[in-house]
Amino acid sequence: MANSAVFRTCPTTGLKVDRSAESLIKANAVAAVVFLAVGGLFGLLVALTRWPAVHFLPADWFYLALTAHGLDVLLVWIIFFEMAVLYFASAVLLNSRLAGPKWAWTGFGMMLVGAIITNIAVLRGQSSVMFTSYVPMMAESSFYLGIILFAVGALIGCFVFFGTLVVAKQEKTYQGSIPLVTFGALTAAIIAVFTIASGAIILIPTWLYSLGIVKYIDPLVYKTIWWGMGHSSQQINVSAHVAVWYAIAAMVFGAKPLSEKVSRMAFLMYILFLQLASAHHMLVEPGFSSEWKIFNTSYAMYLAVLGSMVHGMTVPGSIEAAQRARGLTKGLFEWLRKAPWSNPAFAGMFMSLVFFGFIGGISGVVMGTEQINLIMHNTLYVPGHFHGTVVAGTTLAFMAITYLLVPLIFRRELKFRKLAQWQPYVFGIGVAGISLFMMGAGTLGVARRHWDMTFADAQLPFDYPATAFLMMGLNGMFAVLAALGGVMFVVIVVGSVFFGKKLAPDEKPSYPEVPPSAAAVGHYGSSDTLKIPGTAMLVGIFFIAFVLYYFVNWKYLSEIWPLS
Amino acid sequence: MAITPPSQRIWWKEPIAKIELIWIAIAFTWGLFMFFMMIYWHGAGEQNLSNEAYKTTAQQYARKAQAVIDEYTVRQENGFPVVRPPEGSDVYLIARLWQWWPILELEKDKSYRLHLSSMDWQHGFSLQPVNINVQVHPGYDMVVTVRPDQAGEYGIVCNEFCGIGHHNMVGKIYVVE
Repeated sequence: MANSAVFRTCPTTGLKVDRSAESLIKANAVAAVVFLAVGGLFGLLVALTRWPAVHFLPADWFYLALTAHGLDVLLVWIIFFEMAVLYFASAVLLNSRLAGPKWAWTGFGMMLVGAIITNIAVLRGQSSVMFTSYVPMMAESSFYLGIILFAVGALIGCFVFFGTLVVAKQEKTYQGSIPLVTFGALTAAIIAVFTIASGAIILIPTWLYSLGIVKYIDPLVYKTIWWGMGHSSQQINVSAHVAVWYAIAAMVFGAKPLSEKVSRMAFLMYILFLQLASAHHMLVEPGFSSEWKIFNTSYAMYLAVLGSMVHGMTVPGSIEAAQRARGLTKGLFEWLRKAPWSNPAFAGMFMSLVFFGFIGGISGVVMGTEQINLIMHNTLYVPGHFHGTVVAGTTLAFMAITYLLVPLIFRRELKFRKLAQWQPYVFGIGVAGISLFMMGAGTLGVARRHWDMTFADAQLPFDYPATAFLMMGLNGMFAVLAALGGVMFVVIVVGSVFFGKKLAPDEKPSYPEVPPSAAAVGHYGSSDTLKIPGTAMLVGIFFIAFVLYYFVNWKYLSEIWPLS
Repeated sequence: MAITPPSQRIWWKEPIAKIELIWIAIAFTWGLFMFFMMIYWHGAGEQNLSNEAYKTTAQQYARKAQAVIDEYTVRQENGFPVVRPPEGSDVYLIARLWQWWPILELEKDKSYRLHLSSMDWQHGFSLQPVNINVQVHPGYDMVVTVRPDQAGEYGIVCNEFCGIGHHNMVGKIYVVE
């Protein structure tokens, strides 16, 4: 087979890197970071407006900024970065050429053009419909067209990824099964296809509706299918960032999965069940039976949650096993205490793991309980939850692996290392605060997507409790902290990519410190010798927190008016 | 490592560590528990949605609501009729840009069939400070049987974004002894 791909050999890993895959990873990562910066700025404006003492933007600008924030970070930043992850996990990790680089560039171009079209539509001010754009409220037709183009571009990227797996298999660029990280990326890509199909099914008719060609779209049907895209796209993130956790554990510690079988089964649970999550948004809607709600909202008896809980043990467990094999065996937590906390790749990854589990994960399951949703639906609890999953989880994990990708893929030494050392903490703690205080305000009933919690211009008066105002003030302060962490990230990445010291072709990066991959440790499958008591303790603490918080919310629910 | 192909080619035959098996068993059992808890609450709990809903139109719904308003309005407040319907009756709340119409006056510990529908876009019925939140769609009439168990003045906030006046959309329910 004719093969015109040009390769270089990576001095750190010894892998062959397809130059076109490398360029595509760079392009997608740069586009991702640009939209992260734009979307993050809008997010800061939103948080400053919801800070009662600041109340920064006027109402129309607030709703515009909130629409742009959701679009640019939840969709554009994350999907662009995921394209980079897909190309990395296929071509680079499998030692293969990329299938159809021209197709990949076409997809990239469509995503970029689509993202710009929709951003322009939002900035023109006639499309402040929120990211969800629930019918019958309508945006300009170019708003939908841009998203459709973006989605089709992403779909092409997924197929380039699938094609690369086929090419690598045929050309025997690796031995045996694909690596676990690639398997996780495959999970993400499969869910992405489902997600994008759902998006096409509902957004194409909505686009035609905005042009007057289609006459009616049922709001319930719209919402059910839209969330087939909207929630499933967050499951792409989960799969991708779990793959990133495994990748960082491997790259920083040489950690092996405790058991390939268990970790892969956990990913399989995502493929089979995560798509049911559209129901999380339909728990207090008319027109659905409780049977439908219970089955779907629980991902068929919580089997996808089981997947996440398994990863929650196997990721730190593999790190513990690797550290213990290096001799850090004292007590329960020497392995963790002596982990490289000043390495931003590790610090970001570990905080992502903890926050995703404790904040995003627990709150998601609790809120997704059919009846408990009654006391949380559309309050600020909802964005509190998903800032725990998507920002503290996905974004922080993606930032963490960027610190490894800049030297390996961009071939530049990382600049501003002191800043990089602090960045994950500033951003992570900021986002954890945002999540917790929004959840707190939501528990007190404060509405999401709302400009004025004082109701100053309403015909009838209503006052939220004073504690709710305190929560929103704290939320604003932590948002400033998170924004600072975001700025630090952009400065470090842009500074390094454009001004970092160029690495010679055979030169290994000096930072962040990565042990030689030959020192891979941890003997998976060794059911007799495996000892991970520290991880068992952490998982036990997580489980107790989960159970307690679950029952506290049933207690809250039991105190509201009887409903039937 | 996770970034290289599994070192044991036949990885699916490797034994699983005991600690992993224990955790899988605990997590799976907990999942089953949470699943059955939702079903249990339908029998034992008092806070469940009946899922009773009907297709409707804005005109049809408004007509039914107006009939109740005409019959049971007891006074006016800030330009809103205050409606005091009898126990067990069908009570209609209209959601529209940007009002909850009318104001309701209910009796403590009595049940009412509360209907919710929108005249235009989607709205969010958010009863405060009890924090009961239900989505309101145009074209659908959703029935929630409520039994207020504490007297007081309650606000209805809109918590689904509905355009530039969204934050001014506040309604009211009185619960009297």
